[in-house]
Amino acid sequence: MTPVLGAYRVMKTFGHVRALRHASFEAFPGEVTALVGDNGAGKSTLTKVLSGVYSPDEGEVRIDGNPVRLSDPHDAKARGIETVYQDLALAPDLDAAGNVFLGRELRRFGILHNHPEMRRRTATAFRDLGVGLVQDMRAPVAEFSGGQKQSVAIARAAMWATKVIIMDEPTAALGVIQTAKVLELVERIRDKGIAVVFISHNLPQVLQVADRIEVLRLGARVARFRRGEADVDRLIAAISGAYANEESS
Amino acid sequence: MTQTKPPAETESQEPVTPSVPFVRALLRNPTMVTFAVLLGIIAAFSILAPDTFTQRSNFVQLAQNVAILTVVSVGTTFVIITAGVDLSIPSGIVLGEVFAVHALQLIGTGGDTTAADVAADQTKGWYMLVALAGALLAGLIIGTINGLVVAYLKVPPLLATLGTLGAGLGAALILQNGVNTATYALDPLGHGSWIAAVPNLIPIALVVVVAGFILLHMAVFGRHTFAIGSNPEAARRAGINVERHLLKVYIIGGVSAGFAGFLSVAYFSTTSIGGHSTDNLQAITAVALGGTSLFGGVGSIIGTLIGVWIPAVLKNGFVITGVQPYWQDVAVGLVLIVAVWFDQLRRRTRNRG
Ligand SMILES: Nc1ncnc2c1ncn2[C@@H]1O[C@H](COP(=O)(O)OP(=O)(O)OP(=O)(O)O)[C@@H](O)[C@H]1O
Ligand SMILES: [Mg+2]
Repeated sequence: MTPVLGAYRVMKTFGHVRALRHASFEAFPGEVTALVGDNGAGKSTLTKVLSGVYSPDEGEVRIDGNPVRLSDPHDAKARGIETVYQDLALAPDLDAAGNVFLGRELRRFGILHNHPEMRRRTATAFRDLGVGLVQDMRAPVAEFSGGQKQSVAIARAAMWATKVIIMDEPTAALGVIQTAKVLELVERIRDKGIAVVFISHNLPQVLQVADRIEVLRLGARVARFRRGEADVDRLIAAISGAYANEESS
Repeated sequence: MTQTKPPAETESQEPVTPSVPFVRALLRNPTMVTFAVLLGIIAAFSILAPDTFTQRSNFVQLAQNVAILTVVSVGTTFVIITAGVDLSIPSGIVLGEVFAVHALQLIGTGGDTTAADVAADQTKGWYMLVALAGALLAGLIIGTINGLVVAYLKVPPLLATLGTLGAGLGAALILQNGVNTATYALDPLGHGSWIAAVPNLIPIALVVVVAGFILLHMAVFGRHTFAIGSNPEAARRAGINVERHLLKVYIIGGVSAGFAGFLSVAYFSTTSIGGHSTDNLQAITAVALGGTSLFGGVGSIIGTLIGVWIPAVLKNGFVITGVQPYWQDVAVGLVLIVAVWFDQLRRRTRNRG
């Protein structure tokens, strides 16, 4: 099977920091691929390369096996790739619907936005997601709790993803019940044939939800596992550099 | 949905800030506060000077006086919502005046005279349109330079527009050889009344306000303006071309100034190359009084309208009641500080988790 989204020997440097050193990564349709690694391993940087926020210094990104140049986030979105960023990338002064539809507003007469309809669809999306939102659909998201903000970002990505959804620590700020809902959502999205890229530091959660696991260490992939091949100890070994099943260069 | 929320869910706790709903509503909507302030001022002067202050003619006069400032303040509202600022307004206005007059001077009317020299009752509608085009062109040039420098060269707006402020005023002086040009060609516009006893500047300013309102609050353009002011990186990741949008916003600022220059020539029947020097600060004051946040992301056209009126009513009221009008400056300064403090308070209390 061809990976729907792949990164091959990607380099990305910020000043003196080499965030990615020949990092490779592959995600397949209908699968949850977990990306794990220590703080600073380069996971978020890799997701930003995959979603068009950064362009790689070297290496390439392929969609359905074809090399592509994602010059901005718009490119990635146009190809059905949605991202829940670790920093959420919400506009705090806009309400939930304003954020969910940001850049893709429903319009009236060509130039006006149709806010009531956007609000309605957002409420529906939240209900489908099981998000116990929201004290007030009119409130700016700045007034939301951390978990509620995260829910808005997840709902936005889930609503628009048609090919790949990348989630960078989507459950970090969530309570127990909400986390379970997000994991359910991840499986539901995967069952639609969409590739899910799931980043988390919670290894039991990763083992539960992932069909495949890729381990990033110091900006390069050091190990890959299929479901059932790994356990917590082995993952920790890979993350900390004590175990590798992949040539890293 | 709310009633099925299990109590264990941490994020379902009610927000802790601020506890009194009324205070929260006020903080969320600072415009209501400034509106109350304006009503209070009007009420006070109505009691102090019932015969003079409350006359209809006084309010018409006030509305006419604030018309030009209203136009530039609408443009400035857009700029400030992006967390920017436009100090170049005076140069936009003055260059607008100069370009309007020079455009009129391009139209020969036989002999040595041009459209700039015609008497008020000899002018033609299309002369005015030519002058308008000239003024808008001036605003477009200033706004485009501002936008390119701020959005693409990433020069902080304060300095970028300080630069075009000086450069634009200098260019106006060069074009005019340092002297003003009088013209009566726009008089029917500046002194006429299409609507009985309502000077034209009032409906013109009103049209600008309505257009600004629609563009800011009802159009996708305005939504993106708020988003960029709120979190430019989020806007970018949402696929918005942030640089291009900022360029358009600064063009709106520049064109509104150029248009104000056109109105100024029409009203004063002359360019005023030495005037308007504090119009930028007056516009910023009005916008900030109206609850628009200097940190971006929050603001409204209605608020700006109120913010334009507060200083004007104060000054007018002080004159009528025989108080030294300089008190206006003191009062506006204090109200401004309170308004900005309010904005800070709002920001601090709402940012959570
Ligand atoms: N915009 C940036 N400018 C400078 N350095 C950066 C930037 N983004 C990331 N880095 C650096 O690149 C390295 C990888 O960061 P990245 O955020 O990708 O790690 P991560 O695996 O997502 O970590 P975490 O688990 O803490 O989220 C870090 O050393 C980080 O400091
Ligand atoms: Mg990260």
